[in-house]
This record gives sequence, C-alpha cells and structure tokens, in this order.
Amino acid sequence: MSDTTGAAPSPVAAATQPADRRQPLAGALLRLLGAAAVWNAVFVASGLWRSLWWLWLAGNFVLVVIAAERIGRVVPPRRRKLYERTLALGFPLAAIGAWQGIVDAGILSPLWFPQPTRIAQALWDLTVSYDRFSQTSLVGRPWLIPQALAADGWAGAWKLIAEGHVWATLGRVFAGFVLGAIPGILLGIVMGINQTVRLMLDTTLSAIYVLPKIAIFPIVMLMFADPFGEGPKIVVVALSVFFLMTINTMAGVRDIDPVFLMAGRNYGARGLQLFRHVIIPAAMPVIFAGLRLALGTALIVIISVEFLRAKQGVGFMTFYYWEVLNPEKMYAGLFVVMVLGVVLTMALQWLQRRVMPWDRG
Amino acid sequence: MERTPTAPRDAAAQPKIVSRNVTKIYSTLAGPVTAIDDFNLDVAEREFVCIVGPSGCGKSTYLRILAGLDTLTSGTIAVRPGTDPGKPLNSVVFQEYAVFPWKTVIENVAFGLQMRGVPEAERLAVARHWLERVGLSKFAGYYPSQISGGMKQRVSIIRALANDPEVLLMDEPLGALDAQTRIVLQDELLRIWEETHKTVVYITHSLDEAILLGDRVIVMSAHPGRLLETFHVDIPRPRTVDTMNTPRFAELRGEIWSLLGKEVTRAMEMQA
Repeated sequence: MSDTTGAAPSPVAAATQPADRRQPLAGALLRLLGAAAVWNAVFVASGLWRSLWWLWLAGNFVLVVIAAERIGRVVPPRRRKLYERTLALGFPLAAIGAWQGIVDAGILSPLWFPQPTRIAQALWDLTVSYDRFSQTSLVGRPWLIPQALAADGWAGAWKLIAEGHVWATLGRVFAGFVLGAIPGILLGIVMGINQTVRLMLDTTLSAIYVLPKIAIFPIVMLMFADPFGEGPKIVVVALSVFFLMTINTMAGVRDIDPVFLMAGRNYGARGLQLFRHVIIPAAMPVIFAGLRLALGTALIVIISVEFLRAKQGVGFMTFYYWEVLNPEKMYAGLFVVMVLGVVLTMALQWLQRRVMPWDRG
Repeated sequence: MERTPTAPRDAAAQPKIVSRNVTKIYSTLAGPVTAIDDFNLDVAEREFVCIVGPSGCGKSTYLRILAGLDTLTSGTIAVRPGTDPGKPLNSVVFQEYAVFPWKTVIENVAFGLQMRGVPEAERLAVARHWLERVGLSKFAGYYPSQISGGMKQRVSIIRALANDPEVLLMDEPLGALDAQTRIVLQDELLRIWEETHKTVVYITHSLDEAILLGDRVIVMSAHPGRLLETFHVDIPRPRTVDTMNTPRFAELRGEIWSLLGKEVTRAMEMQA
C-alpha cells in the first residue's frame, strides 16, 4: 500500500495531467489486487474476520465493485452483454458462496440460515421423495406413473401428478389470475371511458383495493359449500387481482392520448371497432404493467392462504416444515416460490412480446 | 389583388364547405370563453385554403368542429357530399401525427378503409399504392417507433389520402418537424396536391407555408377568434419550394405579415 501511495503523483500534478488518470488496466487491477491482499491479510491474521465478518465482506465487495468499474470502462461494445451478465449472475453466486462459508465457519447458526448446499439437498429430497406423514412431495410422484398406468390407467397417473405442491399452487394462481384479470380489465376500460361509472365506483374500489385480501378469506370461505376446497382460495386470488387490474386499467385508459381517440373516430371507428383498434392497444402497456404487479400480489395471497388453510401447495409445504422445525425445507419452499415468480414473470413477458409486437425495449 | 372576406376563388362554383356564423363558447368556472366568434368561410371544390393566426385564435378548434370532433355553440357548418356516398366527408391529418404505434405502417395507411369495411386485399393494394407514391414501400411492415418523424407524418398524410375523403383537413401537419424535413414535406405536399386536387383546409403557424401551399390565406385574430382578412395567392401553380424565392412571394408575404405581425403582438400582450 505504502508503495503505491509513494509512487502516486501529487494532487496538483494529477490535475494538470488528466492523461495520467487513465492508467493501464493491468496496473490498476494489480494495485486493487494488492489492496485486496492487504485487506484480507489484516482480517485473517488478526482473527477479526470472525467478529467483524460483515465489515470484512463489505470491504471485499467495495474492492470488487471498483475492479468491475475499471474493467467496465474498457469492455468493447461486443463484449458488453457478457460483462453485464457476469455482474448480474456473479453477485448472487458470490453472495451464496459467502453465506455458505459464514455458516460453515460457525459464525451464523445453521438453524436460521442453513447452508445453501443443505437447502439444495432438501430441495432434491422434496422433489424425489414422498413424505408419507405430511403427504408432501413437490411435483407429485412421477416415478410411480408406470405402475399407476398399469393399475388404474390415466386417472391413476393424473392423481400422482396432481398431488404435487407446485401444481396445486400454480393451478390456483392461474385460475385466480384469469378469473380476476379479465373482468378487472373489462371494468377498468369501462371506468376509464365512462365518467359516470367512474365517479360512482372509484371511491368504493379504492377502499376495497387497500383491504388485505387475506382478511376477507374467512368470509369467502363461509360463502362456499366446501370452505376448505379450492373455491375460496381461487376466489381470494381473483379478488386481489381484480381490484388491482381495475384500478390500473382505468388509469391506463384515461391516460390514452386523446389524439388517438380523435383519429380513430375521424377514420370511422365506432363502438367495438374503437375498442379493438384504438382503446385496447393504446392501454396495453399499462395493462401489462398491471399484470406484472398483479402476479406478485397473486403469489403473496396464495402463499398466505396456503399457510392458513390448505392440505396442499407450496405455502402449505413451507408452513408444514416450520411446524416440524426443518429450516432447510422451509428455505427450499421459499426458493420454489421465488422460482415460480421468476418463471411466471417470464411467461408474462413472453405473452407481452406476442401481444404487443410493436413495443420493443 | 381582390379581397372578399368569405368568397372562394371561383365564386361561380358551388362551395364544398359552407361555414356560417360559426361560434364556439366554452363554459369554464371563470365564465364563458369565446374561442371562435361569428366565423364565416366558404371553400370551393378543389381549393386549398390555409388559415393562419396567433396561438389561441381558434383555428384548430374550427378545424375540429369541421371534422365533427367538436361541437359548435351556434352557426352552421356543412360539407357538401360527393357523388359517391361511400366516401367519407373528411379526414384529418393531425399535428402530433396520431399514427397508431400498434399498427404497422401499411395497416395505418389502410385504417380508414378497414373501418369502412373494404376487403383486406383491396385496402392493402390501395395502401401499397400510396406508400409507393411517397417512397415508403420499403417500410410497409415497420412499426411507427422504427421510423423517423418525417416518415411518420408522411404515413399520417397518406392515411388521410388513402381514405379518399371529400375534404382533407390538416391541423399544423408539419408543425412538429425540423426545418429541413419540413421543406421536403412541403414540396411533397405540393406534388401530391397537383396530382389529386383535393379540397384542403390547412391550419399552420407558418406564413411561408400558407402562401406556398394555399390558394387563399385566411388570417384570424385571437381572443376571440375572428376572421380578420382573406388574401388570394395569385402565384401560378405548379409551385415548388423555389416559389418562395420569387418577388411576388416576398411581396405577398410582406403584405400579410403587416397584418398578422400586429395580431401576433396583440395576442402576446393579451396573454402577458
């Protein structure tokens, strides 16, 4: 360290020689490597890394950021994508590695933060084995399908798949999403166009919108002949999606540039034609933004509902492993929820590209 | 140069557009605001009429009323239908292009025909013909976000022309373009008009553009919007952008500006 400070020019000289700031990359990286070596040596040698592990990691993080910035300045445009992807994927991987190391070293309790390897192991267990007591398996028991097919035909095979938690949760989210989003979008369009309807419903909808949907779940259960069946769960997801989509679509329709409506009318679009060719496509970007928000809400609601009252589902599974205090499998459940979120968002983006080919970027 | 307030150039012909005592009053919280006051204008068939005036003179409002996109408080406006009842009475070219971003260039051009129920093959053929005339054939499948502002406005103009209206209403169509693109499109408008001889009402901020394109230039006053003066542009057609360099053009320009300039100044002082 002292070597580099000694070699550095005085501030005045640096100011008059701006070219000096553009040191060659290798030199800069070498210096950073030196700094990293000193930083890590100090912490490891003094044993401080155990008690001040967060400071130790934060320092390394800062050094990596500086190094990445240096490299980023010279990355050619052709390699830019690779560079960005490396940063985006590299950080979570490094964070998971750090987590593993810290728990392995006994700094954090594996009871609260089980190591990523153990979570991965738990996830594998959940996928390939069946917990008879909780009747728990993540994606059903596909490995039994050949026997079931022979014994009960397709019905038997379907039963083995349908018992999977992921499918149960996905099915509820999908059904609730569709049942809520379509009426929500339609009502939102009507409210966006018709001032009378908007004035009458806006306040009421805003009031119900902020109500936590999980709070009305008990009432919804009462309304169904089978309160513990799928009906109430799907309805409560649909309700949460419905209000969000109504309010969002209404805002989207009201935000349509009036010149598009004028052009549509002037060129002879009336009634349904105006909807199909002008209003709906013009509101489409806002509708899709709303669908993405609604997807998150739908997942939150379904997981909470499954915590409360379900015999199946990723939320149920996570909560069950809390009751038997198996943190690895709880984390595995959370991980599955995150994966569901990412996969469903990607599906929505795919749909958006298909429905709105004019929208790039 | 003859000056008659409302009569079209060819007084013998039956006018295509007849506007009588057009008045538009907005009721606001602060009380009624008169946007247009007792405005009279006749436009002959195949005539190109330009309306200029300071901001707030109600020229765009008049055009919207003419297009049926706004209502008038009192007075009458009539567009005489042509022999073909299927033809629309008017089509508007908007300043903000109003080209639909969710439709491709060719779908935009064919939009009016589509709304009138023209079969797909036929309307696409018409649209292709117009795209070719303005050199946009290559961009038929592009979305508006992929083409430049000048191209978008070309699309907007031929969307109106492909609709084949009785009268073409243009609301500052070149107002949002940069100066060079504007000149190119002025030339193109002149060329297209020579080929089609549509009846046009053209709103613009640019006096040069009004004289270059129009058979008549109508000067309006602001607050309230009134017809101030009508100037006949006697520069022979066909014209090109070079017409702006002729002595007659400069003379007309000076004459109209002596009136319009005062009006613009007055309007500015009223807003202050």
